[in-house]
Amino acid sequence: MPVVIVDGSEIEIGADERLNCIEAARRAGKEIPHYCWHPGLSVVASCRMCLIETGQRDAATGKITMVPKLVPGCQTPAKDGTVIVTESQLVTDSRARVEEALLIDHPIDCPICDKAGECLLQDYHFEHGQAERRADLHPFTSRKRDVGPTVTLFVDRCIMCTRCVRFTREVSGTGELMVTSRGAKEEIDVFPGFPLDNKLAGNVVDLCPVGALGDKDFLYQQRVWFLKREANVCGGCSAGCSIHTEHNQDTVYRLKPRENPHVNKWWICDEGRYGWHHLHDPSRLLAAGHRTESGRGHAGTEAFEPVEWADVVARLRADLKAAGRLAVAVSPMLTVEEAWMLCAVARSIDPEAFLAVGHVPVAGEDETFPGGFTIRAEKCPNRLGVEAVVALFDPQTRTWGDLVAHVEGGNADAAWITAGYPAAWIDDATAGSFAGLRQLVVQDLFDSPLAARATWRLPAAGFAERAGTWVNVAHRAQAFEQAIKPPAGVWPEGRLYWNMLGRRGLYDPVAVRHQIAGSAAAFAALAGDLPATGIDLRLQQLAPS
Amino acid sequence: MPAFKPVLLEAVGVPDGHTIASYKSRGGYAPLEKMLGEKQPADVVEMVKASGLRGRGGAGFSTGLKWTFLPKDHPGPIYLCVNADESEPGTFNNRILMEDDPHQVIEGIILSSYATRASTAYIYLRYEYPHSWHRLQGAIDEAYAAGYLGKNIQGTNFSLDIYLHRGAAAYICGEETGLIESLEGKRAWPRIKPPFPAIEGLFRKPTVVNNIETMACVAQIARRGVEWFKSIGVPADPNNPRDPGSYGPKLYCLSGHVEKPGCYEAPLGITARQLIDEFGGGVWKGRRAKAVIPGGISMGLMTESELDTPLDFAGPGRVGCLGLGTAAVVVIDDQTSIVDFLHNSCRFFAHESCGQCTPCREGTSWSLRMLERIKAGRGRLKDLDILLELGQTMGMMPGSTICGLADGAAWPIKNAIKKFRGEFEDYIKRTNPSGWMVTDPVPALQIVGAH
Repeated sequence: MPVVIVDGSEIEIGADERLNCIEAARRAGKEIPHYCWHPGLSVVASCRMCLIETGQRDAATGKITMVPKLVPGCQTPAKDGTVIVTESQLVTDSRARVEEALLIDHPIDCPICDKAGECLLQDYHFEHGQAERRADLHPFTSRKRDVGPTVTLFVDRCIMCTRCVRFTREVSGTGELMVTSRGAKEEIDVFPGFPLDNKLAGNVVDLCPVGALGDKDFLYQQRVWFLKREANVCGGCSAGCSIHTEHNQDTVYRLKPRENPHVNKWWICDEGRYGWHHLHDPSRLLAAGHRTESGRGHAGTEAFEPVEWADVVARLRADLKAAGRLAVAVSPMLTVEEAWMLCAVARSIDPEAFLAVGHVPVAGEDETFPGGFTIRAEKCPNRLGVEAVVALFDPQTRTWGDLVAHVEGGNADAAWITAGYPAAWIDDATAGSFAGLRQLVVQDLFDSPLAARATWRLPAAGFAERAGTWVNVAHRAQAFEQAIKPPAGVWPEGRLYWNMLGRRGLYDPVAVRHQIAGSAAAFAALAGDLPATGIDLRLQQLAPS
Repeated sequence: MPAFKPVLLEAVGVPDGHTIASYKSRGGYAPLEKMLGEKQPADVVEMVKASGLRGRGGAGFSTGLKWTFLPKDHPGPIYLCVNADESEPGTFNNRILMEDDPHQVIEGIILSSYATRASTAYIYLRYEYPHSWHRLQGAIDEAYAAGYLGKNIQGTNFSLDIYLHRGAAAYICGEETGLIESLEGKRAWPRIKPPFPAIEGLFRKPTVVNNIETMACVAQIARRGVEWFKSIGVPADPNNPRDPGSYGPKLYCLSGHVEKPGCYEAPLGITARQLIDEFGGGVWKGRRAKAVIPGGISMGLMTESELDTPLDFAGPGRVGCLGLGTAAVVVIDDQTSIVDFLHNSCRFFAHESCGQCTPCREGTSWSLRMLERIKAGRGRLKDLDILLELGQTMGMMPGSTICGLADGAAWPIKNAIKKFRGEFEDYIKRTNPSGWMVTDPVPALQIVGAH
């Protein structure tokens, strides 16, 4: 195995790994500061913050020959015998000078900058900068400019790392951003009439190591040090991008991509990034309701009387049992655990219950960008997971269409439709098919033509409000924790099913997952703790356990 | 005038010297025909290598050696880029060659392309040379008509096309990878190396980048022979195995405070004093030289006492200059303020820094602002320390930038402060009697960015 010497300590790297000195030093626990380098973009070595001293140890004699000048760590490959020095006086001085140079024209307006608290310029200045300013004092300037519908550029804060420019050229392939002018006068800009308006545009804000690019959706909403982050999975489409949900006091403020080499690398799309606003939509269903006698036949919220959840648990089972033949739509918005418990609840009420995968929303076609990132047309996170769960109970995997036909054919007396879609999903005509049922349970985020016909109208939880496991389009199962509490009056689906199954204590998705993994070969991979980047269900099935 | 007979400049002053007929009457293109008929490309490489020709663009790298870095048996295409983006202040030797003897350059390009197996050559011409553009394009057209360019030149299976590309006027396009990026239609930001252009250059193919004067030298070596070329100049220092010597004639661009500025051809190794006195007629108005730029502003400064330094590839380095550069000798007389000189130099580099690497982008601009403040009578002695630090830490040699043009920006600062510190201190103390000793940050000179 190749050995790299980082500040005197030897570390082994993989024989076929192509690491640069920043990555190799990181393995040894040494952080080499850098601005322009990003693992997902081409190397330009222009910020010069990662300058280090390197050398080569002769394999035969053990003699070390140093390169007689500083080299950028991002551009220098780490090979067998590479010597990396990150803490010499030369390196320290060079970092201080780069920090000083970057701050000459910077407005240093941290108190009004959104990036403050997660700004590399700030962090590196405290760690590597010099205490006193030597450059002349400028009057404060802060020019800002719209570069697109979602992004504002604070021109004077920019350090010209060009990450954003490279992103639009290499990953989104749209190339809106460019560098104009020359020398210290150069700026990031767009060509007039061609704004930064692509489906991945929000990533440039994440890439910006300083406060130059601001996300209009998040601008001035919250100081970042108040935010807590939870590793989560985006529910926007079947790609299942790994994200961080950043929230404070049960309010989501933004979503950020979470690095996952198997799924989304470092990126997320804008649809997912801004796809959390429905969580705090005032028109959400916020209480379990049962249709009142007087409200029968009428649509509208007044038609439902609120029911305590404890009563829902008891009455729902009795109502459905009394109704007779049950049909259940298992929404692809549910987690594997919730889907499994729902099927179990349904079969405990009616052993012959008709189980189908719920409505699968599709919009357009899959869209792949030059950098390899794909936005899926299937706008739900867990169709594969729910299909696999339903298949455990009924080998005939039925679809939403099958269920509608089944109900229309008069084969069901009661239906339990789980939904939880952030957008309107059912029209009045389809909802009309469910009119003749004795019991209709609808579990959804918002009112809908179907919910208006329900006997039981139950609120659903949003994506950040539930915990569990989703299986994406590539069969990768990712487990995640609940990020925020659902609004008062809303029980996440899992909690209801857990209680309806008569299980004690608080809903424990991990216990359910382990139970599924232990009982079904298709889910064997879900045993134990899952890595943060998830696990491929198919590969694990092939491997001997 | 010394007895050296100009070779590269022999067409200067000849009526219609730029035409193919005139060039052929002086013996031009005959060597090309002979080489194409009798010699293999490898022989031409050997010839240039044996001549000891070093690149005339500034860095002085061995031309033949550079050609051998191309990958062997490459399926092609291989490109030859000829650097005519002559932007170094004080330099105009390429211009003379392109305007007065373009066929000499073209013959050199054809020979070099034959040697490197390039089938396409690009001439990257700076925008500000419209006359060169017309002359070169005219000469290229003539060469096509005479069968020296195009398909199967002189009945051989060697083909070559030359494209003349006009840049958009930027100093950075003279850096070889900046030139390549610009030719590809991109912003001329120099590339990180490795890979070097010989491996991966223009359009990601092996590429050689040579200067116009180098091309002219190749043509003369083919015409007059290796022995002739090696008989001129300064032989390699036997005590220094890394010195390849400085052979051949060189075009020196003499300008500034001399009686007769101009482009003069002399053997490499002539001293600055000889050049000024014998060619330039001495420093003007009977004054003394205060400082001399040995080869373009980016090479730094020689003081009057250093004028006996030979202007070969090794000479200026021995007195603390960056090197011979483009051999553009600019004379600064003793009535000129060195503060003004440095201000002008910093203004140029602050304007021309491409802005890619932080140390150069911010360093050139910072140094200009300090000099503007010094000139406005608000200088501090501390500024000199900061300027010197900038000069010593900015550039490819300390490792803080991608390309060598940052070294060129740093060298005048470093040389001026080191060699003329007394004058700077006097100036600052005289113009800022109450504030020269301040060490705290002071308000910037201009209110910038008010909006």
